[in-house]
Amino acid sequence: MKTTEIVIFTLLFLAVSGMGFFAARWRRPSDLASLDEWGLGGRSFGSWITWFLIGGDLYTAYTFVAVPALIFGAGAMGFYAVPYTVIVYPMVMLVLVRLWSVSHVHNLVTPADFVRVRFGSPTLALLVAITGIVATMPYIALQLVGIEAVLKTMGLTGDLPLIIAFAILAAYTYQSGLRAPALIAFVKDSLIYLVILVAIVYIPAKLGGWDSIFDAAKAKFDRAGSGGITLNANNQLQYITLAFGSALALFLYPHSVTGILASRNRNVIKRNMSALPAYSLLLGLIALLGYMAIAAGVTPIGKDNNTIVPQLFDNVFPDWFAGVAFAAVGIGALVPAAIMSIAAANLFARNVYKEYINRDADAAQEARVSKIASLAVKVGAVLCILLIDPQFSIDLQLIGGVIILQTLPSVGLGLYTRWFHRGGLIAGWAGGMAAGMLLLYNISNPATNHEHFGGSAFPLSQLGFDTKITVYAGFLALIVNLVVAVLGTFVARALKSADGPDATKPEDYFADQGDPRVHELETTAPAS
Amino acid sequence: MTTPRADHGRNPDKSPLNWLLLLPIVIPLITPLFNAEEPRLFGIPLFYWLQLAFIILGVSSTTLVYRATRRSR
Repeated sequence: MKTTEIVIFTLLFLAVSGMGFFAARWRRPSDLASLDEWGLGGRSFGSWITWFLIGGDLYTAYTFVAVPALIFGAGAMGFYAVPYTVIVYPMVMLVLVRLWSVSHVHNLVTPADFVRVRFGSPTLALLVAITGIVATMPYIALQLVGIEAVLKTMGLTGDLPLIIAFAILAAYTYQSGLRAPALIAFVKDSLIYLVILVAIVYIPAKLGGWDSIFDAAKAKFDRAGSGGITLNANNQLQYITLAFGSALALFLYPHSVTGILASRNRNVIKRNMSALPAYSLLLGLIALLGYMAIAAGVTPIGKDNNTIVPQLFDNVFPDWFAGVAFAAVGIGALVPAAIMSIAAANLFARNVYKEYINRDADAAQEARVSKIASLAVKVGAVLCILLIDPQFSIDLQLIGGVIILQTLPSVGLGLYTRWFHRGGLIAGWAGGMAAGMLLLYNISNPATNHEHFGGSAFPLSQLGFDTKITVYAGFLALIVNLVVAVLGTFVARALKSADGPDATKPEDYFADQGDPRVHELETTAPAS
Repeated sequence: MTTPRADHGRNPDKSPLNWLLLLPIVIPLITPLFNAEEPRLFGIPLFYWLQLAFIILGVSSTTLVYRATRRSR
């Protein structure tokens, strides 16, 4: 037990929880009982709040723990997170403003809502919704892995601390909705920036400079005969396709869309595309903690590489600052977990409950269902971690990235073109999912004792090519998806199969705040 | 809150500067550009410092595009 660390961790954790409950009164609307208010924070967040919210949402505690763990274990390959988060913003900049506009004109809350109005197909919308929920669930569970890594290092074992932390989170998310993570994100991100800036100056100074850190890492990989501080001839294509595929997938995740739709206008989104890379720099620096751990001779607890960053902090920082650092990771898990559960709950309320169970549900009923669903999602995540091996969640999250990518044709391309037939998109989705599963099933990883689902790097030799080159499985599955969707569309047209009606008009994709078609929401607090 | 519609149905995002967005998408994916240890910067191998430097490229491009297409209010 490490008393100083635990005391500081607990104090900061409780302070943040208090903020979570208080958030219900922040920028208070007359009524929280609608998805616009509970699930999207009133759709009124300005540039600063959006920056903290989306930053806290996309760069999760798990990312901060897992990326250095990957670097620690495999070296340069783990650095893909940096190009991934550099290319993503220019890629999605012009796409997201279209999504924002059409969502505001048609009062859409989820990506599946968009598919519903664009392609007039409840079935396709349901598939997109289920894909989103399934991809998000393990991601929430992984946030617990982040907290667990910290608790383990502080000597707190057993399930109770984890359950308490998540119960508090569930309670204030239930009460305050998206306002809770938006407010907490300020604290979370400030703490993380502080900790990393200190770490990046303090630790290299202690370890004899960057030269010796990288030399130590290189020596380790040379000894192990695998990994390295640069890429080799066989994993470069994997590096490129993994970064590109992950970037394509990022804003298809429902929780990313939630953050975007909560912003006040198009300018806020565009501006954030040049402000969010500040987090990418942070992530790049955090990634290098993996090498610092090697140079400092830190070893993980058991075989759990995810404990490497907490262990490093514990080794090199004085107790009180290690406590602050642990709190940063712990609180860092709360923000994305809250937003993800809200996003998944909104999908259920909108695209399952309202579409299939109670068509006449009013806004208040929708919000109530979503609130209860958000609790269910969190209970599910906790059970996943406690009852099943956490490795299962890690494997599932890997699958999650591959399957969420299969909604790209209907959601991403759908924002630009109505060319696809709904039947073709459904067939493409099915083809992409099947291909993705098949590819992942055939990836083995002796290092983690996995005969199947051992990673995302698919060896091309399995397709009969005489090479050791690997490619990101999600990328290949997406190609299958697109080919099937195009062929399916031709077939559906040839068979004169009825296509769904498109409820959107071209100008809907450009509407901005103040436009008569964009309905304003009442708030008593002035928009900041 | 009552800005009149500025677009008249035309695409307000349209700008020749949008092509700039291709640079930070393509360049960070060309591995031969940065897959080397030397030259080091403050002891950090090229692979790491150059990829971190690409962040500046991304920020500049998106900033220029934002400024060219933002809606004055």
